[in-house]
Amino acid sequence: MSDCDKCEELLQGYLDRELSDSEVVVAEGHLDGCDYCRRRYRFEETLRVYVRTTAVERMPPGLMAKLAELRTTDAGTSAV
Amino acid sequence: MGESGTAEPDEARRVATEARDRVRFEEEALGLADQVYRVARRFVSTREEAEDLVQETYARAFRSWQSYTPGTNLRAWLLRILTNLNTDRGRRLQRRPDETPLEESDYYLANRMAQSGGEQVLDQDRVVERLSQDSIVTALSSLPDDFRDVVVLVDIGDFSYADAAQILDIPVGTVMSRLHRGRRQLKAGLAEEAVG
Repeated sequence: MSDCDKCEELLQGYLDRELSDSEVVVAEGHLDGCDYCRRRYRFEETLRVYVRTTAVERMPPGLMAKLAELRTTDAGTSAV
Repeated sequence: MGESGTAEPDEARRVATEARDRVRFEEEALGLADQVYRVARRFVSTREEAEDLVQETYARAFRSWQSYTPGTNLRAWLLRILTNLNTDRGRRLQRRPDETPLEESDYYLANRMAQSGGEQVLDQDRVVERLSQDSIVTALSSLPDDFRDVVVLVDIGDFSYADAAQILDIPVGTVMSRLHRGRRQLKAGLAEEAVG
């Protein structure tokens, strides 16, 4: 169980791809042998993707035009 | 352009270059508007507030464009302005989230769901079935502000820990601990919705 505690600690960084190479080796080594953690890692991964996709709202349609009006340069000089 | 009829050719060239850089900056910034908005939207509670915040951010960015260093992360630069404005406008309650107790484990939500419905509810489709969009938005918005800032920047904005640290002007270690705590609280909130 102490192994799983350690693994849980590495969970965030592992999923965020912020671990050092040696930490990745430790995390993956544990995952290979631990069904409990592997299942939960997958869950965390799914959850993260789900949060990322469901909590995203596109910009309202009129906003871009309002932002473009805030430009200080003459929009006519723009190449696009 | 025509204000200095006596400008040397060098000066005219400098002015022209600056104008071109400025236009390029503005277009690059506008190209990021949708990504800036999606972060702003989760910082505040209404769409109107988010629109206001993004407009203020762009107004300020266009005014102070020369303080941006070309080649650096423009999206992070814009978000830094945005988070500062959001804080200045006093939208946040001054809580001290780092002092709140933290008992749950990272696996809290997974374990609660597995307890209530067996291990198979942890499979991808079942997770999505049990969690609604509303519950995620609600759970995010009920996080303490300091936690939410970090969770939103990393999970919605897709910023690295280092970028989030720079945007919020806090150490990377603080980003990590707030992110960790914020996500645990988020999962505790979701557990209430999904499992009861």
